[in-house]
Amino acid sequence: MIEIRLHGRGGQGTVVASKILADAIVMGGGYVQAFPEFGVERRGAPVVAYVRIDNKPINLKSKIYQPDHIVVLDPTLLQSVNVTDGLKEGGKVLVNSEKEPSEMQEKFGKSFKVMTVDATAIALEKRLGSKTSPIVNTAILGAIVKALNVTNMDLIIKAIEEGVPLKVEENVEAAKKAYTSLKGGE
Amino acid sequence: MNFKPGKKVVLEKLADYPLMPASLADMTHNFTGSWRNMRPVIDYDKCINCGTCWKFCPEPAIYIEDNKVNVNYYFCKGCGICVSECPKKCITFEEEGK
Amino acid sequence: MRKLLMGNHAISVGATLSRVQVIAAYPITPQTQVVEMLSEIVADGKLNAEFIKVESEHSAMAACIGASTTGARAFTATSAQGLLLMHELLHWAAHGRLPIVMANVNRAVAPGWTIWTDQNDSLSQRDTGWIQFYVADNQEVLDTIILGYKLAEKVHLPVMVNLDAFVLSHTYEAVEVPDQEKVDAFLPPFNPEWKMDVKNPRAFGGLTSSDVYMEFQYNHHEAMEQSKKVIAETCGEFEKIFGRKYGLLEEYRMEDSEYVMVTSGTISKTSRIVVDELREKGVKIGILRVRTFRPFPGEEIAAALAGKKKAFVIDRNISYGKSGIFYDEIKGALYNKGMNLPLFGFVIGLGGRDVTPAHLHEIVDYGMKHDRPTEEIIWMGVKK
Repeated sequence: MIEIRLHGRGGQGTVVASKILADAIVMGGGYVQAFPEFGVERRGAPVVAYVRIDNKPINLKSKIYQPDHIVVLDPTLLQSVNVTDGLKEGGKVLVNSEKEPSEMQEKFGKSFKVMTVDATAIALEKRLGSKTSPIVNTAILGAIVKALNVTNMDLIIKAIEEGVPLKVEENVEAAKKAYTSLKGGE
Repeated sequence: MNFKPGKKVVLEKLADYPLMPASLADMTHNFTGSWRNMRPVIDYDKCINCGTCWKFCPEPAIYIEDNKVNVNYYFCKGCGICVSECPKKCITFEEEGK
Repeated sequence: MRKLLMGNHAISVGATLSRVQVIAAYPITPQTQVVEMLSEIVADGKLNAEFIKVESEHSAMAACIGASTTGARAFTATSAQGLLLMHELLHWAAHGRLPIVMANVNRAVAPGWTIWTDQNDSLSQRDTGWIQFYVADNQEVLDTIILGYKLAEKVHLPVMVNLDAFVLSHTYEAVEVPDQEKVDAFLPPFNPEWKMDVKNPRAFGGLTSSDVYMEFQYNHHEAMEQSKKVIAETCGEFEKIFGRKYGLLEEYRMEDSEYVMVTSGTISKTSRIVVDELREKGVKIGILRVRTFRPFPGEEIAAALAGKKKAFVIDRNISYGKSGIFYDEIKGALYNKGMNLPLFGFVIGLGGRDVTPAHLHEIVDYGMKHDRPTEEIIWMGVKK
């Protein structure tokens, strides 16, 4: 079983990202749970979403306390939220950032593997969301495919096509570009 | 007036009971006219058949037959609303039994 | 077709497949999405139903009662305070023998204001005469709505399908969505003999004298008792068509078990992890999940617990001044069977406090270490 925690801000599409990822897992025949932090969501406030993936039915119904991997949709969260809380040793940290993984490794310490993707630049280029609040979730999904190896691009693209209401092509392109531009994923 | 009262059903044993608390038939066996101590009487010489009494009767115990308003005394409780609402004042209230 | 669905939408899909004709509901967190999706489905013309916007849950149930009395298939969904506001009309629906199906997202009751799960909202409706199911995953959510109508229309009783707030309502899981044709074959159109019909006038719910009233209560109770058999039949029919098995109870690794965790709702699923781990260590333990709370399967629970060494009842609810509610009812069911096995009653997870495998291990540990319980409630996780 693989457990992933996504960090973002309300309105960025964090929960939608978890849902699209889960959709891809289901299309691939796997078992999955995707859920938000149980409670209230407010635009701009830090939010988390969770994805639990397995190749057999999942009985565990409690929250995720020790994720295998972390995904950070908004790099400004790193100042206020301890995103690696509970992260398992050797876990991967995927951050939306223009920085090189090596620049961030020190912050997270050596026990985690850091990867970055400039999802904000990709979202702006594909005109997803607005200049002040770009919607980075589909770009992040492309990076997740490369970084976490839990599904493949064909399935993610299919799930994005079904899961986004607008600019389907641009969202797919964003995922593809992020997939190829992930840093630290080799 | 062509009226046949319904039959009163008595629930004596479990098998008589309906599925839910509902009457087994319509309620026309229940002659609420027996509650009346004042009787509305229409003076057809003055009545213009405006239908105001028919509209206001809460029971409703006023029916229209042959283009005329009539009181169904099986069910009229004698509330007097028709007497008070009639614009021609052509309905009088008479004491029952007199 | 296998689809990713959150519990709320599994309800909406179940209601749509059941071809409900009247939907009357008032939105309340965390149920809102149920009604939101249904309103879209109706507006898009994909379901031929009347969607009635009401001003409260009391009115929602009143509208369902009106619709169901005319013979329409009626549906509503609610949660917590909304269910409590319906209380008066829950009695009316049940005693009027109306086969309404309602989804209730199990949520703790305010104050303090809360949107998280426990079962006190629906368990406090215990004596309204509704059939009550407690489900454990989103597949069961969808299936139990469809099953609910089949059952309700056979026994003329309303059915409440209860699911844990957030743990199911807002959690996406893979759900096998059945084909409409198969559902149609399982659940034909509803055409009751008893309904409001202007061609055959009758009075509904009129004054019922004490000379007459009690037999209606007797019949209502008998219908509840009979519904146990009908649940088994209906579930059997469902299994034949859809291949998924349900019943009054669900057993997990019970065959040779000496110890039993008695659960309901999603805790039952997490308990499987604990049971699997303990089994590996050689502990003979199983799970008895109470899926149907009304009618109460007391006989069946007693039979399942016969010959066991100990049982640990896990309640995500409380009857203040007594104990966990399932615990109390199960204890009562054993008395006249002469059964005297140590029965421990744990209260856990109120107000949505997370229940993890570690907590459930603690419960089993406690039960193993004590010969008999000395208290009516063993509190789990209270900061003392």
